[in-house]
Amino acid sequence: MDFLTIIQVFDGTLRLAAPLLLVCLAGLFSERSGIFDIGLEGKLLAAAFLSAAVAFVSGSVWIGLLAGIGVSVGLSALHGLASITMRGDQIVSGVAINFLAAGLTVVVAQAWFGEGGRTPALKSGARFEPIIFPGAVPSKEMADVGPFMQLYSELLSGHTLLVYAALLTVPLSWFVLYKTRFGLRLRAAGENPAAVDTAGISVVGLRYAAVVIAGILCGIAGAYIATSLQANFVKDMSAGRGYIALAALIFAKWRPWYALGACLLFGFLFAVDNRFQNILLPAWSLSGGLLLMALALTGYVWRKDLLDKFVLGGLAVGLAFISALIVVNVWGVGMGNQIKVPVVFIQSLPYILTVLVLAGFVGKAIPPRSGGVPYVKEK
Amino acid sequence: MDVMPKWADVVLVPLFSLILAALLSALLILAIGESPTEAFMLMIEGTLFRSAGWGYMLYYATNFIFTGLAVSVAFHASLFNIGGEGQAMMGGLGVGLVCLFIPWPHWSLAIIGASMGAAIFGMIWAGLPAYLQAKRGSHIVITTIMFNFIAAGVLNFFLVGPLKPAGSMAPATANFPTATHLPTFEDMAQLFGIEKMFRSAPANVSFFIALLACVGVWYLIWRSPLGYEIRAFGKSGPAARYAGVGSVKIIMITMMISGALCGMMAINTTQGESERLILNFTEGAGFIGIAVALMGRSHPLGVLLAALLFGFLYQGGAELALWTKIPRELIVVIQALVILFTGALTMMVRAPLEQLFLALRRP
Repeated sequence: MDFLTIIQVFDGTLRLAAPLLLVCLAGLFSERSGIFDIGLEGKLLAAAFLSAAVAFVSGSVWIGLLAGIGVSVGLSALHGLASITMRGDQIVSGVAINFLAAGLTVVVAQAWFGEGGRTPALKSGARFEPIIFPGAVPSKEMADVGPFMQLYSELLSGHTLLVYAALLTVPLSWFVLYKTRFGLRLRAAGENPAAVDTAGISVVGLRYAAVVIAGILCGIAGAYIATSLQANFVKDMSAGRGYIALAALIFAKWRPWYALGACLLFGFLFAVDNRFQNILLPAWSLSGGLLLMALALTGYVWRKDLLDKFVLGGLAVGLAFISALIVVNVWGVGMGNQIKVPVVFIQSLPYILTVLVLAGFVGKAIPPRSGGVPYVKEK
Repeated sequence: MDVMPKWADVVLVPLFSLILAALLSALLILAIGESPTEAFMLMIEGTLFRSAGWGYMLYYATNFIFTGLAVSVAFHASLFNIGGEGQAMMGGLGVGLVCLFIPWPHWSLAIIGASMGAAIFGMIWAGLPAYLQAKRGSHIVITTIMFNFIAAGVLNFFLVGPLKPAGSMAPATANFPTATHLPTFEDMAQLFGIEKMFRSAPANVSFFIALLACVGVWYLIWRSPLGYEIRAFGKSGPAARYAGVGSVKIIMITMMISGALCGMMAINTTQGESERLILNFTEGAGFIGIAVALMGRSHPLGVLLAALLFGFLYQGGAELALWTKIPRELIVVIQALVILFTGALTMMVRAPLEQLFLALRRP
């Protein structure tokens, strides 16, 4: 693997991490104010559709972006109405928004363009173009230049505006949440809304503000996937990114800079998955690694109670079983034989990592204390 | 808060929500340039005026009864099982393994084995998030969502790898042996000498297992000590704990029952319909279970009626997609609206009804 390949994987990482980052920060604002948002996926999808559709019709990507933000903020307002004003179940409301977006985008796209639930391909002007930094070499000549030039031209230059915007959102979010009065109050609304109310500040107002910010960020992310990453809308194109961003948010323990790290990690996993179809490892390392995990689990549950022994012990037996299966499979050709790591394993890794974080095996993720609870003002 | 009599709360609120959802959907159909009344008549004709339509409706309803019951059982313990999709996928894996690798002599034995395989696999897949919630405090909604994706990965791994027959391109297992074929409604009608009923419709005997599951869940929740503990825990965890009901036990058992019910959906789709394990056989039924449970107010009878309604909508939606320009996804919109009105905006739906009852009571 040469240097250029590594740079290209990192380049892919940035491109794939950008929408995750925006959606993750959207979730950050919402959840820090005490409103759980399962509906990120739906907002992303709706924004992707409307931005592509409006950009195609108007010919201007900027009007498309505004339309995407508009529909996303609209869905956010619906979520706010259900979960803040009507004090309904926030998770149910989020689920409903996801379905609403999944259904409406296809129904409207079919009625509007009649192409089976997609929009026509966007021409230049109706999509975001890559920004080429001065002096950057085109990809054809990339192999002939030095490593620093490769780094500059491939990794730093050549992204669309929204990628740089996504990266800038991280310090901005950090500043707003930790260095402004609004941010302090917003975080307080998620931890102890009664205290915020006692101080004479409207919890409802703060939570609506947070939900609207989440809508704007999801709108930008949706416009990014339909007008930058790809050049049209296709059915279900958000492809679970909203849920992955939710996973990244937990992975990041509800903090902006950690969110950058988590999204880059998950983006990296996707970039690796895109770039290498076959990841080969020697059989001994795979089987040995699984066996070590099984042993570690067994050691961990040794002094725990029956249920722990049963569940985690069962998991350990499962891992040991897979490890044994690998050994049996390569017995004839020797343990040094290369084995292909299943593609689905790399794809599932973000979810598995998130479960491990949630379980508290890799650091403890503590959600905002009043998250998911509607605030009822005392009378 | 007893402004409304109980019957109004149970009947009128879901009904009112449904009418609101229907009105909004009618507006949507108008907006895309079709006639709502024609669309509605088409759905009725395609579903209720033909026996095959009934066959499809009951087939879909069977799935939704299982997933709806699963979500309801979890609701009674104040747990939100959003992982029905993943549990159903694992249930499918269980059904596939049982049907492929055990030589069953007769379908009646095969369906018992397949049900157990499906239930055990679904149970394991719900048990892990339950364990994480009970012992480590991880939020069950997030873990079950993650487990949906992991289940999709596991199913994909088996269908493109070990379980795919050699030389086949499609991500699916080999066909199950003919001995595992479940009698469809068509077979049963022929048994009684009625020809040309339910022709090639996929509804099969698993529908009756779903009905049995309804009775079972009713008995469990309202007539058994365990059900009492589950409901007590759902009303107030600390109070139940004070009365000696352990949270770990209730969370584990409730989620495992829920997972088993979701998994059993697979006997209908996998053993009953496709007769081999395929990708995406769940078709979102795990999520529809949420709408069904909310609409049916978490009561088995309500779940049964709501599942029939959604079965009607799914079959009607297929008819619409066939004869008009309205895509099937319209049903997803209706489903979203039902979830929204019955689950998240209940206060908005109840307020005018409560006003009405107050006004009636005054004189």
